[in-house]
Amino acid sequence: MTAEARQAPSRRPGPPLWLLLELTYRCPLHCVFCYNPTDFPHVATELDTGEWLRVLREARALGAVQLGLSGGEPLVRNDLTAIVAEAHRLGFYTNLTTSGVGLTEERLAALKDAGLDHIQLSFQDSTPAMNDFLSSTHTFELKSKVAALIKKYRYPMVLNVVLHRLNIDHVEEILAMAERMGAEYVELANTQYYGWAWLNRAQLLPSRAQLLRAEQSMRRFRALVGSRLRIFFVVPDYFETRPKPCMNGLGRVFLAIAPDGVALPCHAARMLPGLSFPNVREASIESIWYDSAAFNHYRGEEWMKEPCRSCPERSRDFGGCRCQAYLLTGDAANADPVCDRSPHHHLVTRAVEQAAAAATGGQPLLFRGLRVRKGAG
Amino acid sequence: MESLSEASCPAVGRGFRLQWESAQDAHVLLYPEGMVKLNPSAAAILTRCDGARTVADIISDLERVYSIEGLGEDVLAFLRLALQRGWLEFRQ
Repeated sequence: MTAEARQAPSRRPGPPLWLLLELTYRCPLHCVFCYNPTDFPHVATELDTGEWLRVLREARALGAVQLGLSGGEPLVRNDLTAIVAEAHRLGFYTNLTTSGVGLTEERLAALKDAGLDHIQLSFQDSTPAMNDFLSSTHTFELKSKVAALIKKYRYPMVLNVVLHRLNIDHVEEILAMAERMGAEYVELANTQYYGWAWLNRAQLLPSRAQLLRAEQSMRRFRALVGSRLRIFFVVPDYFETRPKPCMNGLGRVFLAIAPDGVALPCHAARMLPGLSFPNVREASIESIWYDSAAFNHYRGEEWMKEPCRSCPERSRDFGGCRCQAYLLTGDAANADPVCDRSPHHHLVTRAVEQAAAAATGGQPLLFRGLRVRKGAG
Repeated sequence: MESLSEASCPAVGRGFRLQWESAQDAHVLLYPEGMVKLNPSAAAILTRCDGARTVADIISDLERVYSIEGLGEDVLAFLRLALQRGWLEFRQ
């Protein structure tokens, strides 16, 4: 096959349909499983309102249609309503991901007026004690009040709980709490090991027995409540033998903008070495998406190594997650070691075994932002 | 839940949004973190579901605009599917 013929299929990619604005890394919570970078940029570098609005207009003009507003805690930005209003006017479907801290009734009414479409509220566990321990805050009662407000303003109530070893045994209680609050959807998302979660992996990875029990509890509950409460269970990929199709392939549909304006093909991609991610302060969204070296690098299949390169499943899972490949093997172009065809798969199975063996003890949990670690990340 | 009849007045479901997307060259239905790209017939039906028009109105309007008779069964079948998926609901 000639070089030209090889390149022929990699035509111009589609638009960045899904735009995620990480408005700030500031957050009143200190969650041990947070995927944010452990050396997050200083507040002073955050984009200002005008810059965020320009990002919205440029991305929408390219065909972006779903907008995620997240962080950090997006409510710490006092221009959140202005950003939602402009996004709504432009025709975005607007999704807010929040801890609930800062969501007063006055604020929610303003967001509703501005056209906010959807809210996802996080809980850390089913009891005040565990919720407050895991986030290192006293926020359980406040979150419960926010949940009631979300119902009052006729939003579907969507709860998100990140699961890990310390709360995965409480799946039944968590689901019962969701039902009591009148939730319509619950996302039980097993921790993904990036950022703070990566530092705490040995403390957070559940055992296989815990995972099986949690899945049984979830299925029992699902059978009981039927379609009244929809439950999404995001499996922890460390227990799988095939990788997740991370971002549906980098640079295909997803565009994240970090608080300081750095454009990323995945919210965790900042860690990938050798790529210079463009900044919206210096380049247009159009040139970033279509022309930048960083966004083109992992498009198509040219970058793949064996076993991905000749694998019949490469067009389904795109070799898995580049960040996970980098964190575990030191080379982002390797197969995601979650895949049992990867020569590095033992790194994943060993981590699971070690976590099960060292279920207690080891290093203490590192709460996001509560302990400065030089050079961590 | 009210059952579908020619007198029902369906509307786009809560949490869904219907709009024209020039980048897709199609009408789309947006919902939390997702999008359905609609074919022209689905779009022609859904854009008429404004909560005020009855199913009978919608059918006769489509038959008039597209100069085809006997669309009733096809429209009803699509409306049933759309209701089941939450794309449509009945407003009080």
